[in-house]
Amino acid sequence: MSGPRSKLLLVGQRILHAVPALVGIVIITFLLTRALPGDPAAYFAGPTADAESIAQIRHNLGLDRSLPVQFVVYVRDLLHGDLGQSISTGQSVGHELMARLPASLELTLVALIVAIAIAVPLGILAATRPDSWVDHLCRFVVTLGVSLPTFFTGLALVYIFYYQLGWSPAPMGRLDILYASPAAITGFFTIDALLAGDFEIFKASVAQLVLPAVTLALFTLAPIARMTRASMLQVLASDFIRTARAAGLSRRKVLFTYAFGNAVLPVITTLGMVFSFVLGANVLVEKVFSWPGIGSFAVDALVSSDYAAVQGFVLTMAILFVALNLLVDVIYTLVDPRLSVPA
Amino acid sequence: MDRRTFLNAVVVSGAAGLLDVRGGAAAEDDTIVIAIGDTINSLDIQRSGSNRPAYQVAINAYDRLLAQGTVDDIYGTHSDYAKLRGELAESWDVAPDGLSVVFKLKPDAVFTDGTPVTADDVKWSFDRAVSIGGFPTQQFGIGKMTKPEQFSVIDPHTIKVTFPVGSKLSLPDFAVPLAIIYNSKVVKAHVTAADPWGAEYTHRNTAGSGAFHVERWDPGQQLVYIRNDHWKGGSVPAIRRAIIREIPSKSTRRALVERGDIHIDFDIGGKDAQELKASPKLKVASWPIVNVENVISLNVTFPPFQDRKVRQAVAWAVPYQQIFEQAAFGQGKAMFGAPGVPDSAVWPAAFPYKTDLDKAKALLAETAYKDGFTVPISIDLSTAEWSEPSALLVQESLGKIGITCTIDRIPGANWRTLALVQKKFPMIIDGFGGWLDTPDYYFFYTYTKGTLFNPAQYDNPEMAALVAKTMPMALNDPAYAPAVKRMIAIAIEDVPRIPLWQPALSSAMAKKVSGYESWFHRGVDARTLKLT
Amino acid sequence: MSAVTAARDSAIKRNWRHLVHVLGGNPLTLAAFSLLILLVLVAVLGPSLVPFSPFASNAAEALKPPSTTHWFGTDSVGRDVFSRVIVATRLDLLISVSAVALSFLGGCLIGSIAGFYGGWFDRISGRLIDTIMAFPLFVLAMGIVAALGNNVANVVYATAIVNLPFYARLARTEVMIRREAGFVMAARLSGNSGPRILATQVFPNILPPMMVQISLNLGWAILNAAGLSFIGLGVRPPAAEWGIMVAEGANNIVSGEWWLAIFPGLALMLAVFTFNLLGDGLRDLVDPQRRT
Repeated sequence: MSGPRSKLLLVGQRILHAVPALVGIVIITFLLTRALPGDPAAYFAGPTADAESIAQIRHNLGLDRSLPVQFVVYVRDLLHGDLGQSISTGQSVGHELMARLPASLELTLVALIVAIAIAVPLGILAATRPDSWVDHLCRFVVTLGVSLPTFFTGLALVYIFYYQLGWSPAPMGRLDILYASPAAITGFFTIDALLAGDFEIFKASVAQLVLPAVTLALFTLAPIARMTRASMLQVLASDFIRTARAAGLSRRKVLFTYAFGNAVLPVITTLGMVFSFVLGANVLVEKVFSWPGIGSFAVDALVSSDYAAVQGFVLTMAILFVALNLLVDVIYTLVDPRLSVPA
Repeated sequence: MDRRTFLNAVVVSGAAGLLDVRGGAAAEDDTIVIAIGDTINSLDIQRSGSNRPAYQVAINAYDRLLAQGTVDDIYGTHSDYAKLRGELAESWDVAPDGLSVVFKLKPDAVFTDGTPVTADDVKWSFDRAVSIGGFPTQQFGIGKMTKPEQFSVIDPHTIKVTFPVGSKLSLPDFAVPLAIIYNSKVVKAHVTAADPWGAEYTHRNTAGSGAFHVERWDPGQQLVYIRNDHWKGGSVPAIRRAIIREIPSKSTRRALVERGDIHIDFDIGGKDAQELKASPKLKVASWPIVNVENVISLNVTFPPFQDRKVRQAVAWAVPYQQIFEQAAFGQGKAMFGAPGVPDSAVWPAAFPYKTDLDKAKALLAETAYKDGFTVPISIDLSTAEWSEPSALLVQESLGKIGITCTIDRIPGANWRTLALVQKKFPMIIDGFGGWLDTPDYYFFYTYTKGTLFNPAQYDNPEMAALVAKTMPMALNDPAYAPAVKRMIAIAIEDVPRIPLWQPALSSAMAKKVSGYESWFHRGVDARTLKLT
Repeated sequence: MSAVTAARDSAIKRNWRHLVHVLGGNPLTLAAFSLLILLVLVAVLGPSLVPFSPFASNAAEALKPPSTTHWFGTDSVGRDVFSRVIVATRLDLLISVSAVALSFLGGCLIGSIAGFYGGWFDRISGRLIDTIMAFPLFVLAMGIVAALGNNVANVVYATAIVNLPFYARLARTEVMIRREAGFVMAARLSGNSGPRILATQVFPNILPPMMVQISLNLGWAILNAAGLSFIGLGVRPPAAEWGIMVAEGANNIVSGEWWLAIFPGLALMLAVFTFNLLGDGLRDLVDPQRRT
């Protein structure tokens, strides 16, 4: 049984499956933020607040109510699409996340593209000559990349390519001060600039992306290269490849058309995992490059016990994670003819 | 030259980053770029929750009736508490009994929308400050202003303020950053029942008469000021646009200023200040901030610290010079090693303590804690740059007299709650500063029971009586100076707070920047900056 | 039973031969094994070998570049960076090993029970694990440390919780595969109870694939602790820990004191690198068919 209907059904099932996790996220995040020892009211009340004005603000923020009541209010607001107000930035959390998410996504996607462009060929190369020095070198290189903390790599790259050599633009966020950001359509500066036909800004935003993207990419080479290698090895050992080789097809055709085409599925699964991992891990890279993404927002929010901001961030990330897994599943079902609706 | 060719020219010349793109011609000298490390979280200083970095908007985009004057000395140009000048006020007249003051507004002063600044705006703004709650209400209270009835409009350009009691802090209170005058017509148009003072509007928009108005605010990224050509609060700024860029990593900020991609790296650490002073490309302004001290605070409710001798023993065991060199990097003023109890009413005052481990051991031996004890030193994560090395050195030194310390780093929001509100920590390293620069004001906040900045929970009836006596006194009252000297003597004797140094506000800037001024409020003042 | 023991003995012999074979044919894995031994030696003996106290400040010697006295230079209060890097080995290994051990134990327990018995426990634990996995992991770790308190023990717990789902999932899958296997059936027929079969028959068989996960995780745990240090959470000063040293030193790269970050960074890299290579090597050992 297959066809678009059943695939739709499969997608529906997957969405339903994600609901309990999201509910769990909402509850755990709520409890976690309330367990933070800081008092947002004391923070909010300003430098010379006395106990009275702190109590007043606690009341205004609704923090003097019991936890269950606070939770009900939170869920009710959530259902109305209201993520609350961030204390540390003074903006509504929804607005803040919408403004910052594209920055993080753009950085993560570019990093992933860079990583794929390097890691997949490395993986294939390693798989064609297993246990040779090429294989070992590939492994050495990608493992080295994952062995350094991202903030260290980032700062070192800034030092070399900006401070010493001056090749890279100033690490001041998504665009140099010289330029105004392009009209927001997708929120991705590179794409928006192209849509507006402004190559100057496109170039500038790409220039800003290079160092942070490379920093993140170095960190993601290893899982992609490993998975590519393993999955290529498996496919290369399979019968149909032997048949194809026996039939006298060229090595190149066998490798890229038949073998890689079949090896790509597990790589896609890995990419899904790596993407959400990187999106969560670019927290530190954003700090180093003054990148106005959601990661640096979350760190600041957590340190200042900014409940609404932390909750909004975690929820957004969780929804992204679920959506991403769904996307991977859908791609999987579309790409892989063998996969049918599970019993 | 159109924008594209202009940009190409810029890119080719390699001077990217500093030019005004919308100005058309190469307007290099009228846009200044300043990097700060924190996030500006509001455009309204009076809104509850506005953070310290946000105060600069009140400086640059609003006016007050008065402003502090400035003075030039070895620390460069900085604010001078002893001088007041009119900002929106053309003149002011204090009644002989000190219970009222009449301000005459500058007749030609206008808000950035072109409407004149009137006494009604002033009244509305002051009514707002005393009614909105939180910080502004508190600060106005210090100046003895608590009720809207105290502000009365005499004519469109004259306003009278009355006080229930006279206080030397009243007049200076009109010059603090948050005593700003709003364009009341504009703000009132955005008032709602839930928000009677339009704080949601002023949070995102400015409505003032200041030297600049906010052209663009990308929260978490940058704030762009554009000059108000009709400013009457002072001489119109030489720069047309000021870009405040938020760069969280301090090493990135340093790289930017060293490479010339920003003009000013505002509020840098001691180490950078010390090192960049030697740079041929940069100059550094470093000014010990008035009425601020970094101190070790010993909680007198913690059993060992209940004994004054234990506190004194600690004060003799602190490695002051080493801390001043390795935590403050020699920036600011040392607050230790005075030859004796100071014979002047100047505050902050250096205490006569210096590092003398034998004396410390001897004092400790006279107490019940001669075998030592264990105490955690708590520091604020956000001040770790200087408080952590200080704590490390204190820990090492106290270990030599038998006091075992652990070091706890407390993240931002928890710090306020635990250290200042609940006063839970036995021993902290922290700083406190007051905008109003009189010793009694400092002692009130830090040495009297129940105030927020007394994490030592210090309580001494004589000190409390002296604070109560000096607060309403005029500075030139003959009884004032002796009382202050006595307070300083008690502070030295009881030593609940061990002063380490008076910290400096330091900024590094390109050689071509001039007109930089250091201010008591520790915010960026872009109004006087020039590029030459 | 004796047949089973004999089979296990021969399996160990086979694995040993395989190990020797793999190490012989794989210089990187061999290097990783040697590095691991070195790391463990340094962790055990380090504190008694270092030339200076890792905590002693020295005003006259602050921020000095590497020299014959101070091989890795000194930090801002004059402490010897070399001594601190060496002494930090023990704490870093302790953090990663205990975090990974905790998540391994917890994950195995949950995963094995879920996989072996299925039913409501499987469903509930499955949902819980889905929930944890949907969290942005680093931020979850941050949140846990911030909420529980800023110290090493909580860094360990946070890292353990964040890693637990991977072990639970792996254990569940591996147990499910073997649940109906012949040797389990045989044990069941000979009257062994469920928990006993799980502990004595199934569990030893799922260990090898878990080992791979462990060694990859050890590296990640060190990086996680370093990341927490970078934002000021975790290890309490004056303890020496690579992550915090790199984090503090990284701010001094631009001002020219490169040695503060580079040396602990290299140590950190070496350790993570060792664990990662080891993980790869172990995978080859456990799963020979992955390599042709």
